[in-house]
Amino acid sequence: MVISNAWVNRDYKHLVLDAGLPAAGAKAGQFFHLLCPATEQDSPFFRRPMSTYRADPATGRVEFLYKVTGAGTRGLATLEAGDKLPMLGPLGVGFTLPAGARHIVVLGRGVGLATLAPLAEMAAQARVGVTAILSARDAANLMSQDRFTAIGATIVEVTDEAGTSSVENVERLLRELHAAGRADAFYTCGSSRLTLLMQRLGAELSVPGEVAMEQQMACGIGMCYCCVRAFREGDRLVSKRVCWDGPVFPLAEVA
Amino acid sequence: MIDLSVDVGGLRLSNPVMPASGTFADGLANTIDFNRLGAFVTKTITHEKRTGNPVPRVAEVHSGMLNAIGIPSKGSDYFIRESIPFYRKFSPPLVVSISAPSNDGFARLAAELSQVEGVAAIEANISCPNIEEDGKAFAMHARSTAAVVKALRASTSLPLWVKLTPNTGEIANVARAAQEEGADAIVAANTILGMAIDIDTRRPKLGNVMGGMSGPAIKPIVVRMVYQCHRAVSIPIIGCGGIATAEDAIEYMLAGAKAVQVGTATFIHPTAMIDVIDGLVQYCRRKDLPGLQGLVGAVEDTGFVPFEAMA
Repeated sequence: MVISNAWVNRDYKHLVLDAGLPAAGAKAGQFFHLLCPATEQDSPFFRRPMSTYRADPATGRVEFLYKVTGAGTRGLATLEAGDKLPMLGPLGVGFTLPAGARHIVVLGRGVGLATLAPLAEMAAQARVGVTAILSARDAANLMSQDRFTAIGATIVEVTDEAGTSSVENVERLLRELHAAGRADAFYTCGSSRLTLLMQRLGAELSVPGEVAMEQQMACGIGMCYCCVRAFREGDRLVSKRVCWDGPVFPLAEVA
Repeated sequence: MIDLSVDVGGLRLSNPVMPASGTFADGLANTIDFNRLGAFVTKTITHEKRTGNPVPRVAEVHSGMLNAIGIPSKGSDYFIRESIPFYRKFSPPLVVSISAPSNDGFARLAAELSQVEGVAAIEANISCPNIEEDGKAFAMHARSTAAVVKALRASTSLPLWVKLTPNTGEIANVARAAQEEGADAIVAANTILGMAIDIDTRRPKLGNVMGGMSGPAIKPIVVRMVYQCHRAVSIPIIGCGGIATAEDAIEYMLAGAKAVQVGTATFIHPTAMIDVIDGLVQYCRRKDLPGLQGLVGAVEDTGFVPFEAMA
């Protein structure tokens, strides 16, 4: 049942649902498979996977933050308070915190920030400090600052508009954080360039990490083998299903 | 008391609803009660390990999907060791879908599986390319169908189901050839070859360029093929193509199907097979029927009066 579905800026909407338990028990990094409504313009056939922006067992609420881009999200954007949205989940493997971590770095770009916000809260509950590097095209597309601020995270904003979002600049930031002892683990979502950067630095600096991957899905529960990607296991390349084996994977496995 | 049980190609099923190969896996056990299904039909396995096709592997089309997954398989050894013990925990019979590039390959894989406890039947997916026929699917022609079914029949005493392709102009002849060489049932049909192009990038929407179309959009085409097969063969027909509701299943039965496979619908509604089973019971109650047997091939296709010539 939809509680609200409001624009947060020009491109993104924030959908709040009363989903009840066990849906609201979704862990950071898990996703739901949403049966997006048809509109006059669109008839989405598949469900759409969407990572959880917030899930609160106390209230039974599940929230999503999404960019309106295609047939599925255009349908989602039409939902109003009181509407029903069939959804399957929570699905997939979520984020984990390495034992003994005291401070982590989360690096998100665009809608990837939505996936990382629950991870930052999970870290805060475990008394782990968080530095959040938020990347976007421009300041208007930076989101979730309030979520990161609320848990006491240190926020660093980088944008294309300000010329601060380049891989080189983000690498400098990550190296500084590591040198300051504030990077016991790396987490990222939303950009393959930034994922490869974190993977390379993680390997060089011996910092473990995880990435939430995106891939087109049909079934969402491991049956159709549509969402496979190649992953590295030792010196072998193996195919894994993003919906079933992920969507969160160790950074070291990204091929 | 409504009895949905049905005899299909050497197996007695508690109801006629089962998954279509490739649209089912153990992960679905978290969502539905497996013991309610008429049978299990596995994803197609091959003897050797295969990785499948490049991504993107699926594209959304109007009322359906286009896929080119490419039969990824962990190989028959892995399947026998890891998957069969899982399915043994449940009551529905296990139908193993198999594929091979040659008649001999099919025969060897069927023989291998026939030795394994827990395999109730073989579904030969002869919609895949045949290296001995220049890559054409076995089931495109009656002659190649006869040859592969003959080899399969000689290699196994398990019930043998043969899954046909709709990508043929002679579906009835192909079905007849399968029956004549000893198939216990035919499954009609697999996906219809299709293609979709992204008009912005000008690239095909599938990594494999072409793929198989499934979903509600293909149902009338395959219902027609089941109707044609029913007139051509006496062995049971299992209808497969765009079934999402009990009404769809009944339509297939009226055309001549004794059982049905639900495929793409499960991707959209994971409970689709259970909903179809429940819907069949409700239909029987509503029509005051004791079961489904009277429906098979019961379409009333006579009695239409042609128009008189223009005066």
